[in-house]
Amino acid sequence: MGGQLGPHLHVEGTSVVHRLPAHAKLVGLLLFVLLVVALPRDAHGHRLAMLGVAFAVVAATRVPWRHVLARLVVETPFVVFALVLPFVAVGPTMRVGPVTVSRDGVEAGLALLLTATTSVLMAVAFATTTSSRDLVRGLQRLGVPDRLVQILAFMVRYLGVVGSQAQRMKVARESRAFAPRSVRSWPVVAASAGALFIRSYERGERVHLAMLSRGYTGRMPVTDPLSASASDWARALAPSVLALGTLVVAHTA
Amino acid sequence: MSIPVLDVRGLAFAYPDGHQALFGVDLHVHRGERVALLGPNGAGKTTLVLHLNGILEAGAGSVAISGLPVVPEHHLEIRRRVGIVFQDPDDQLFMPTVRDDVAFGPANLGLRGDALAARVDSALAAVDMTGYADRPPHHLSFGQRRRVAIATVLAMEPEILVLDEPSSNLDPTSRRELGELITSLDVTVLMVTHDLPFAFQLCERSVVLSDGVVAADGRTRELLADGALLRRHRLELPWGFSG
Repeated sequence: MGGQLGPHLHVEGTSVVHRLPAHAKLVGLLLFVLLVVALPRDAHGHRLAMLGVAFAVVAATRVPWRHVLARLVVETPFVVFALVLPFVAVGPTMRVGPVTVSRDGVEAGLALLLTATTSVLMAVAFATTTSSRDLVRGLQRLGVPDRLVQILAFMVRYLGVVGSQAQRMKVARESRAFAPRSVRSWPVVAASAGALFIRSYERGERVHLAMLSRGYTGRMPVTDPLSASASDWARALAPSVLALGTLVVAHTA
Repeated sequence: MSIPVLDVRGLAFAYPDGHQALFGVDLHVHRGERVALLGPNGAGKTTLVLHLNGILEAGAGSVAISGLPVVPEHHLEIRRRVGIVFQDPDDQLFMPTVRDDVAFGPANLGLRGDALAARVDSALAAVDMTGYADRPPHHLSFGQRRRVAIATVLAMEPEILVLDEPSSNLDPTSRRELGELITSLDVTVLMVTHDLPFAFQLCERSVVLSDGVVAADGRTRELLADGALLRRHRLELPWGFSG
């Protein structure tokens, strides 16, 4: 691991999804997820169709499936919850093989599972095709307050630096025969965390000095603004349009 | 004589906690010179450096860069003229890619588009890092990061390059390459260092700062030959080098 924090989400590529500007993709992702979440509870067929759309988008990214599926583990808590729901929910029951489960629980569990998988797949499609730099530019373009964008950008840049510092401190502790075995070791760990915090704070001050020294006046310069053509927007919003259509059909049915 | 690029007169400074770091420093550096600023830890070297571009404000005395006094209304122009390369490249490289980082300074000066891209390209070419523009800084080796840190400052086309401990933490090869890089640049250099052989290699002239005053100013060869002077100011040549 060292200075790197886990494998990188982003995968280089030239697919149609990779080429879309980050801000258009982000808007498309948000709209799509909101529309899918808004589907009526029993519209499982419609939800399945949306899952199909999400799979199609992932396929269009040309990112290896293994990479995408490995990222789906973030969904695990939702899956567990969805599996537990039929057994803990109350109301009318139904028999599935040898077990009796709550009908509402099955419905809700299924809805949760489909919605979560669809949303996570779309989010992974976004994350694997957008570099952290483009994400920052995208947020900047969408008018997210400069402060927040800067915090995010610095976090991306310095997570590895602070992480490797923490790692070095851990090695230094263990090199002096420290083993975090009992509650008595907590003060040492807490002191290390405090030292890490102070070091990071001091680094922040030094970075700020370096920024001032290069003419920083309080706003990050936008050197390379993102722009999206009408066809970019059309592509980015296509899944959302499908979702909107499905939502309308599901509600009128 | 021409107007010095760097003109420090009677500079004194005390930190808000009362600790006085500089007691009347006089220093002139002329165009094209490479000057080493030597001194033990705590001599006030970093404090002096932070006065050169107005990060710290002089308590007494004055600093001028090519005749322009370092006062708040000139800060942007002063920071263009004085390029400070800090000791830890991770402090200097804070943008997501090398290109963005090198562009940060000139963009603050108002450059955009092709002019900006040209600045970035020529700065990266000057430090021989052209192929690395789209890399994130944390994917570079330490020596490469230090070279990019120099490029971030060169992109502002400074009149004086101020290097804080440029050879620290470098392996011997990177140190030699950095030395070659610095000599290849056509810019006035003030180099803060403890690395006396490096100072001797790169700088004809050296200034010893000790206890907040200039204790010696002369040819590097002669200063380094003065064992008593070096000892007085806690400076030592590495073992094996004769004084």
